[in-house]
Amino acid sequence: MDRTIKVLSEKLRSGKLSSVELTEQCLKAIEEQNGKLNAFISVNREGALTMAKKADEMIAKGEGNELTGIPLGVKDNFCELGVESTACSNVLKGFKPPYEGTVLRKLRGLGAVFIGHTNTDEFTMGGSTETSRFGTSRNPLDPKRTPGGSSGGSAAAVAAGMVPWALGTDTGGSIRQPASFCGLTGLKVTYGRVSRYGVMSMASSLDTIGPITQTPEDAAIVLKVIAGHDPMDATTPQQEVEDYPAELNKEVKGITIGVPKEYLDGLEPEVRKVFDETVKRAKKLGAKIQEISLPMTKYGLAVYYVICPSEVSANMARYDGLRFGPKSDAPNLVESYFESRTKGFGDEVKRRIIIGTYALSAGYYDAYYKKALKVRTLIVNDFKKAFESVDVIFTPTTPNIAFVTGSKGSDPIQMYLEDVMTVPASVAGVPAISIPSGELKGMPLGLQIIGQHFGEGRILQVAHRLS
Amino acid sequence: MALTKDDVRHVAKLARLHLTDEELDRFTGQLGSIFHHLDTLAEVDTDGVEETAQVNGLVNVDRDDPVLPSLDREDVLKTSERENERGMIKVRKSI
Repeated sequence: MDRTIKVLSEKLRSGKLSSVELTEQCLKAIEEQNGKLNAFISVNREGALTMAKKADEMIAKGEGNELTGIPLGVKDNFCELGVESTACSNVLKGFKPPYEGTVLRKLRGLGAVFIGHTNTDEFTMGGSTETSRFGTSRNPLDPKRTPGGSSGGSAAAVAAGMVPWALGTDTGGSIRQPASFCGLTGLKVTYGRVSRYGVMSMASSLDTIGPITQTPEDAAIVLKVIAGHDPMDATTPQQEVEDYPAELNKEVKGITIGVPKEYLDGLEPEVRKVFDETVKRAKKLGAKIQEISLPMTKYGLAVYYVICPSEVSANMARYDGLRFGPKSDAPNLVESYFESRTKGFGDEVKRRIIIGTYALSAGYYDAYYKKALKVRTLIVNDFKKAFESVDVIFTPTTPNIAFVTGSKGSDPIQMYLEDVMTVPASVAGVPAISIPSGELKGMPLGLQIIGQHFGEGRILQVAHRLS
Repeated sequence: MALTKDDVRHVAKLARLHLTDEELDRFTGQLGSIFHHLDTLAEVDTDGVEETAQVNGLVNVDRDDPVLPSLDREDVLKTSERENERGMIKVRKSI
């Protein structure tokens, strides 16, 4: 781990390395490997070098912090000022945002270096980057396999050493699953911990923003910068931002780890073995292990796949081909909507729009949408009850290692099942982190550590101690 | 609940999406199996359970309503491929 944010920032501060040199190294790594991996869908060489020069000046003056001068990959659903940002969808082709969201603004102010945009499933709808208009990314550990998704480009870029870290978004597992598939750390924050302003919405009651890094320590460094209340996002509470890096040094000894039996039922024996060994390691560090039950787990996926498409159908309504994206020459206004949307959206987005529109329509609203919101309450209650007796919850991040690209076939349910272990935390809005926990067939498996609302400090600390 | 081709066609129209015959067939099959899974929610007893739409406890977030600088109109209009006139995007007749 000699290319972490932590190590590189020390080199930058001590003058052993300049940000311009580091940025050149990253650009070279991208040039060499991106043809094979398709992690980046655009690279902003000149912009990055300009930012790096500015960062070097800041460092010389003693300004900034650990992220100053460090290059990162930006997932393509972030609006970056003046840089084409499309969530890898044809419906936004050519869109250069006239503004920038809160997370990028904070990072820009600190002198972080935006090197390019990373691949994602279209509007983050998918678990493999296969629905991107730029085609799929490849897993650097085995190019036949997917790096996961939707933040698959971000994970592939970090795993290949193209950038020290990258930004992702996680609605149902889109940071945790790719981090798990690529052997990295991926942090999904509490809903509302990080401002979503300036990031294209998929499912507004579930969307979160977080980092994909090489270590939990790096994730703590990033979170400290990007977390906090933002007047531009009314769902961010006035909750104090902890000093996350300082939290890492606390002991694991004496804490109680809950292991929910519902996540382990039917797990492949080899996957179970890796998980059990990780639990044993935590025990050796002095943690108490307690079996718990989250009985609503099996309904998590159904709740998610009602709520998410319902919110998708509303959020995608703004793509009308008038204000952004390719225009239609249809003779009347309504037909121009049909043409822009029909041409602009891919199959998975269309499917979710149709599911959501149906679930919200008169006659089905009670059976699907309202019902899902009630079961959501029961899932929230499951977690509340569990956290009365445990500090954190351990589960595997995914049912198995990264799958072979294309192997999920044409049945969307097969792809949705990938999310079975990550969606409950999303539905409940609690934070969760994925860290590498072992290997199977030479590919990494992830451990998911779930915490209480705004308990990022605790899960980062446990993750750090286990790394 | 079985989803029919007519349902899919109708909902797609509401969402302003054209579907080809091939897409209509394919989506109807795929959505049928998705809804079959979603129907498992009916098993759960939710009598007397409140709905959750917001998970982090915030209720009615108010703020002052001062006039603040906003985006430059010309910059915003540039994101549209359509012509504009007097600060507005020109569209085709709607009726």
